[in-house]
Amino acid sequence: MLTFLLILIPLLGGLITFGLKGNGARIWSLATALVTLALAATAGVAFRQDPSGLGLDVSWIRQLGSRFSIGLDGMGMMLVLLTAVTYVVIFLAALRHDYERPHHFYGLMLLTQAGLMGVFTAYDALLFYVCWELVLIPVYFLCSIWGGPRRIAVTFKFFVYTFFGSLLMLVGIIYLYFQTPGTHSFSWEAFTHLQLGAGEQQWLFWLFFVAFAIKMPVFPFHTWQPDTYEQAPTPVTMVLSAIMVKMGLFGIIRWVLPVLPQGVAHWSHLVILLSVIGIVYASCIAIVQTDLKRLFAYSSIAHMGLMCAAVFSGSEVGMQGVLVQMFNHGIIITGLWVVVEMLEQRLGTKAIGDMGGIALKAPRIAIAFMIICLGNVALPLTSGFVGEFMMFSGLYHYNGWMMAVAGLAIILGAVYILRMLQRVIFGDANSLTEKIKDIKTHEWLAVAVVIGLILFLGIYPKPLLELVGHTTQTLWALRG
Amino acid sequence: MINLVWLVPCFPLLGFLLNGVGRRVFPKGVTGIIGCLTVLASFLISCGIFNAVRADGFTAQTVHLFDFISAGSLHLPFDFYVDQLTSLFLLIITGVGFLIHLYSTAYMHEESGEGFARYFAYLNLFVFSMLLLVLGANYVIMFIGWEGVGLCSYLLIGFWFKNADFTKAANKAFIMNRIGDLGFLIALFWMLQQFGTLTFTEVFPKAAGLGMHATVLTGITLLLFVGAAGKSAQIPLYTWLPDAMAGPTPVSALIHAATMVTAGVYMIARSNVLYTLAPATQWVVAVVGVLTAVFAASIALKQNDIKKVLAYSTVSQLGYMFLGLGVGAYTGAVFHVMTHAFFKALLFLGAGSVIHAMGGEQDMRKMGGLRGPMKITYITFLIACLAIAGIPPLSGFFSKDEILGQAFAASPLLYVVGLAGALMTAFYMFRALAMTFHGTFRGTEAQRHHLHESPPAMTLPLIVLALLAIAGGWVGIPEVLGGHHGLSAFLAPVFAPSQPFIVRHEAAHRTELLLMAIATALVIIMILWALRLFNRYKDDGKPFSGFARVLADKWYVDELYDAAVGRPLKSISGMLDRVVEKAGIDGLVNGVGRSVRWGSRQVRMIQTGQVGFYIFAMVVGMVILLVVGIFL
Repeated sequence: MLTFLLILIPLLGGLITFGLKGNGARIWSLATALVTLALAATAGVAFRQDPSGLGLDVSWIRQLGSRFSIGLDGMGMMLVLLTAVTYVVIFLAALRHDYERPHHFYGLMLLTQAGLMGVFTAYDALLFYVCWELVLIPVYFLCSIWGGPRRIAVTFKFFVYTFFGSLLMLVGIIYLYFQTPGTHSFSWEAFTHLQLGAGEQQWLFWLFFVAFAIKMPVFPFHTWQPDTYEQAPTPVTMVLSAIMVKMGLFGIIRWVLPVLPQGVAHWSHLVILLSVIGIVYASCIAIVQTDLKRLFAYSSIAHMGLMCAAVFSGSEVGMQGVLVQMFNHGIIITGLWVVVEMLEQRLGTKAIGDMGGIALKAPRIAIAFMIICLGNVALPLTSGFVGEFMMFSGLYHYNGWMMAVAGLAIILGAVYILRMLQRVIFGDANSLTEKIKDIKTHEWLAVAVVIGLILFLGIYPKPLLELVGHTTQTLWALRG
Repeated sequence: MINLVWLVPCFPLLGFLLNGVGRRVFPKGVTGIIGCLTVLASFLISCGIFNAVRADGFTAQTVHLFDFISAGSLHLPFDFYVDQLTSLFLLIITGVGFLIHLYSTAYMHEESGEGFARYFAYLNLFVFSMLLLVLGANYVIMFIGWEGVGLCSYLLIGFWFKNADFTKAANKAFIMNRIGDLGFLIALFWMLQQFGTLTFTEVFPKAAGLGMHATVLTGITLLLFVGAAGKSAQIPLYTWLPDAMAGPTPVSALIHAATMVTAGVYMIARSNVLYTLAPATQWVVAVVGVLTAVFAASIALKQNDIKKVLAYSTVSQLGYMFLGLGVGAYTGAVFHVMTHAFFKALLFLGAGSVIHAMGGEQDMRKMGGLRGPMKITYITFLIACLAIAGIPPLSGFFSKDEILGQAFAASPLLYVVGLAGALMTAFYMFRALAMTFHGTFRGTEAQRHHLHESPPAMTLPLIVLALLAIAGGWVGIPEVLGGHHGLSAFLAPVFAPSQPFIVRHEAAHRTELLLMAIATALVIIMILWALRLFNRYKDDGKPFSGFARVLADKWYVDELYDAAVGRPLKSISGMLDRVVEKAGIDGLVNGVGRSVRWGSRQVRMIQTGQVGFYIFAMVVGMVILLVVGIFL
């Protein structure tokens, strides 16, 4: 029931928001996000006591044998928490921001959240697919109405590209559905017990993988991302980069690894190769970016590449690292966007070359930015380190040379982040940054949540590791 | 007592938090007291720990704090490990650290209250990280400190962040360290795969089980050495350290001379078993070390910036430590870390005192004759010069002699190259001494008026360090001179696991004495020569020419790196962005989209609206299906 509320509350909250006016929409949506967070936290506590007690399974589309089957495992719980926390941070940071027609904006944001919750809790493939698409629709409107000057073309490309991937997945799901015995079923249980031939698994793998690879995105399916991040309104960029890209990884871990193990075994070398190329490639491109949003977009592609590589490394430590990093990356990248938004709001630009002297004029913004950036370069005792260490360890276990090449990201990451920091926060102030105002209370709250999580989970990652350990154990048990 | 070891890093961390949070409210006095007292408290506890460790019957102890990372087969506790090596480093870090904190209260007094607090917060954070580095009971905790000190170094080099050159130097330091860190990390993963653990007390026995010359160990130790080369500024990753002089001078003394840069030495000394088992790596370490020692010394000969001289001198002295590690003189290397911490911190603080008096001037050509107004600084600086040059019975003599003696036993060639470096050291140090303190003053009239001896908060650390620079070597007087090398006995348990594998090169006592005598005589000649040349130095304004120019321009290594790595990386990245990304991959994606649209337009033409055509198409389709059905 609790799990169902996690979907229902943002859904209802979003629908109600459409009817509100002006400030009411902002306050209401923040309140809804807080309630959802409280629910997620409650679910987290309940999950610790009894991981299996949170499911809900009712008849949905009886003719097709599809059930409204939702539940939580460690990974789902972790992503639900991530979604809930991120939304609170997003709404806090955007509290004073004037969007045109705020009731529509915030309403669509909440509908997206409901869809995301559905994706992460669905244990029925059809339900999963429906939620997967439901997420895309509000995001499409958010981007194409409130986005930057090139929003129409960019959003169209983003939509068609990801939708193309989804359709492939739908074909895959239907195929699997017809392989299930008796009166067919879409349930995860049934899918994971299919006896599929090796050849079958090998082509089915691509139907799913392309959908998830576009979403993550994995090189070379990534080109929609920098444009979209740049043009989307920042709150939407946050949802996209912190949560939606995790849908791709989630899909692979939930629906591909246990269902198509032989397909995974057959293609993992190629996928890891692509991912590793992507890591170095995106890191290099990040060095020459002149726009803050594009820089972090490429940085994010590099990070996602590492996560994808580690998923396919077949190492338990690597998998744990991925799960931990999914959460931590979400928090860190949200923090980065919060700072970018603060700068853009104040300076009217996100061009790196136009900034400078922020540490002098707005030291608190600078300190926050510095700490979050250190998380992004995976400095030990920040949360970024834990997952990265484990993922590299897993990748090394798979192949030492691959890890060494991917490890170049450790160096290149420092190069692009430090170069950016040098230009943005250090140096002397210029005419633009001369009068910049330091952080405001609601922004400080948003940043404090992010920094608190970065430091706490960097020093004491045990709670998070234990939470997601549940999923790793299930996966390894399924493998036998 | 040992169980209280967590307090040692705890105090500086507390200082960091207090000064960080209260940086706008605290007056400078409060900030300074918090900064100094926290390190002093750590020092006192370290003394207690040192005493406990020295007691008879002490065995190394692991103190468990909490579980850091635990997943699957990976188990990394947050543990501290206390043995003789750790306790010695604790004393050096907190002891020298305290003196430098004290010195900084006066040196940094011109900063604003906020800047002052920021400085002390960073400095405390550095001490905290450095303590983690030497306290860690496994390589991951060590790595936490390892990257932590890198961060603090970055923050402090770029302390005056308005200056773009300084922040550039800070970036360079961090990035070069990261290159080394990648090597370090790969070594850790390899170790993890091989041994299933990263805890020292588990890794070393398992490694010993592999025996000598195992490829795994050679690989692991070489990769660890890459990390050490980054952190401890060895060829080819040394170029960040001279640039790091952009930071405030006490920072150079603490981080870029006495403590952080010796982290690589600590790491290898800690991993001595692994290195002893991999003689091939040891040769690499020794050769890189000795080459760094002479190479950096040659550059120091022609530097005019007093801090640059000291920076290259540090690189060179670190080279000696690695030479020591390479030839198996682990005690000698650690011994040199200790004496070097005393005299090099003293040199930097002395230089800071001079720069302070000169109103920020660092160019020795504009100094001269400072021994008059700055007696304490002069005498202590002279002591440090004698110590680093290796004049008995000052500290540097014993530690350097121990390393060179063992190098001779391993290979006379290493000894000769090392000795050449030592002679250059004597020359450039006394060149610096003479240019700065001897002769007549060459600065401006305003500077002459401003000249003064530094306040007691600065001279007191100078005096204490001078005493240590004199007497610090007496804990390791070799047998041949009638001593019994207390340090060696103290550290023996740390290096005991290496003993069964170590190949002893013992030189005869008579040879040892002869080498000492020759070295000392040559060093004295170099000193006299340097004094003779530079005591009456006049700045003729002529730039260096010929080979001197090459040395003054640091062998053009920076330019080489920029041409070989820096610029290609940028142009390749730009090319990837413009050509491969935008035109290539994205072009392909857009092309697919366009061709679908084009294709749809073509297909649309078929829908003519004429029923006759549709029926015709239907019939054709049915015929094809029939044919396919019959024949296939």
